[in-house]
Amino acid sequence: MEKKWEEMTAAEKQEAQFQKLLALKDPEGNDFKFQSAEAEAKYKANITRIKDAIQMKKKPDRVPVVIFPSMFPYLFAGITPYDAMYDYDKCVSAFKKFILEFDPDMHIGASAPGPGRFYELVDYKLYAWPGHGVAKEHCYQCIEKEYMTADEYDLLLMDPSFFFRNFYLPRVYGAMQGFTMLPPFTGILEMYGVAFNFIPFGLPPVQETFQKLFEAGAEALKWAGAMGGSDAELKSLGYPNILAGYSKAPFDVLGDTLRGTRGVMMDMYRIPDKLLKALDQQVPIMIAMGISTMQQTGNPLIFMPLHKGADGFLSDEQFRKFYWPTLKQVIEGLIEGGCIPFIALEGRWDSRLEIMQDIPEGKTFWLIDQSDIQKVRKTVGQKACLAGNVPSSLLKLGTIDEVKDYCKKLIDTVGKDGAFILSNGAFFDEAKPENVKAMVAFSKEYGVYK
Amino acid sequence: MPGKLVQLLSDLKESEALSYVQEALDKGTAPAVLLDEAKEGMAIVGERFSKGEYFIPDLIFSGEILKGIVALLEPKLKGEHGEEVKKLGKVIIATVEGDIHDIGKDLVVFMLDVNGFEVIDLGIDVPVQTIVDKLKETNAPVVGLSGFLTLAFDSMKRTVDAIAAAGLRDKVKIMIGGGQIDDQVKEYTGADAYGLDAMDAVKLAKQWIGG
Repeated sequence: MEKKWEEMTAAEKQEAQFQKLLALKDPEGNDFKFQSAEAEAKYKANITRIKDAIQMKKKPDRVPVVIFPSMFPYLFAGITPYDAMYDYDKCVSAFKKFILEFDPDMHIGASAPGPGRFYELVDYKLYAWPGHGVAKEHCYQCIEKEYMTADEYDLLLMDPSFFFRNFYLPRVYGAMQGFTMLPPFTGILEMYGVAFNFIPFGLPPVQETFQKLFEAGAEALKWAGAMGGSDAELKSLGYPNILAGYSKAPFDVLGDTLRGTRGVMMDMYRIPDKLLKALDQQVPIMIAMGISTMQQTGNPLIFMPLHKGADGFLSDEQFRKFYWPTLKQVIEGLIEGGCIPFIALEGRWDSRLEIMQDIPEGKTFWLIDQSDIQKVRKTVGQKACLAGNVPSSLLKLGTIDEVKDYCKKLIDTVGKDGAFILSNGAFFDEAKPENVKAMVAFSKEYGVYK
Repeated sequence: MPGKLVQLLSDLKESEALSYVQEALDKGTAPAVLLDEAKEGMAIVGERFSKGEYFIPDLIFSGEILKGIVALLEPKLKGEHGEEVKKLGKVIIATVEGDIHDIGKDLVVFMLDVNGFEVIDLGIDVPVQTIVDKLKETNAPVVGLSGFLTLAFDSMKRTVDAIAAAGLRDKVKIMIGGGQIDDQVKEYTGADAYGLDAMDAVKLAKQWIGG
């Protein structure tokens, strides 16, 4: 690794990332302390197995097995999602119990529930969460609305940060109401008159917003400490979490939380040029978002849940025009930056696979939900590692034998030549624990490559 | 020019459709005639969707155009269009208890409505008892239950069980749909059928009610 980071090719960057994970250091730069020699060997074997599956240069020793849960670990441990959101210690210990009992090859952390008190402090309006709009036993759910109106594209295009700070965020976070009074920071230029720009900071609503954000920030820090501690402990036991952060398809940025499904669909007909400009604008933002989390965490994996490009949500022409071009640029930009996009095809994407197979080889990994995974293998899967696609319904309602049969079929077909990670297909809350255990244990045994 | 609006609406020409309606009204065309044309246009949209020529955005956009047309017609329609169009039959639709997702449910409501059913939309996070009560009140022969999360499986099952406990199970057909719903979930909940998209809901309702 004599080459400077900036001089490396994308492949060299990815390899360097894995080598760094294999020669793990603690935050002080010393060798990371595992709890035992077995744990260290397990950790390295897990990283190597995932690396081999993603890079597609050779078959791993066996099919890697991973579980991607939503609230399942907490329900399994006997606490409610509410408990997991409001008591970080309970959350972390439930997650540890889940990992130790189910023994997956890697995980993506205990952060799915998130910090309940933080959401209260910021008066979050985008989601209903346990005890706050949905029952304590249930998972949080998004409340989709047009948080950005159709006539605000020009404002977004002019200065996205100003639009977010002064318009979008105060609508979604009640505590940020004071920010509607802030000036554009790009007008702060020279000495003469400069103090006028700072008047809002002297006004009670702005000061109140800052007070609330100080409190919320302290809460976020407390939660992040618990999550970091959880990751470090599980790592010391042999269970890596190589997730850095997340990024999105530009079309989903607009369609999920700004314009909403209905809004973005109307924009394709009424103001396609503005929508296209806004999508282009999101490309460098989404790339930088992924790369910055990679730099902060030292992990390469960037989660990209894809939504509004699924079968039926767009016509073929609309998908080619509005969804794929900017998503492809984000994927390529993340890869150039040394990240591994972890792309979740939520729902069914059978009609998009041929278009999406235009990606660099061995640089991404795709979680397959209800798409025809055999067809995915023949398209996107020629160039990328696939994960999936044990159905939620099977894990909740099926028998152990049915789960084993399903896993066997996956390993015998899409998994037979490597580049495959066995896992569930969609993030799930409820399942029969014995089914989840069977998925992991059977696949580890049956999935050994000869 | 009879049929012009049918074409403009079914081809999703929003501004042309709206200005055509305005001009026709100005010229004295009866609003009821225009409304019938709009309905015919929507039926074509539904047909194209079921053939795979149109997609969800086309459906939603056609609904938006229709809204615009109705807004122009409404002030002139009052009192004139007294008699209601005959509907095929009643269908109760709800996102089940604990689940607040509505995009899929709204599409089903829309497609059933366009296809001539009288849809009773109970909204999201609907308690079991509300559905049973509505069923008793309306005698609807079809109920559609929607849900996106795994928790919805149990809410659907409880709803189906409660309909049975109220002695209504043999009087009603129940269809389910949403995110993770498949044949296994159908068996578990005791529903009669499940659908993958809004057109499946229309097919099932037609099969059960006729029309």
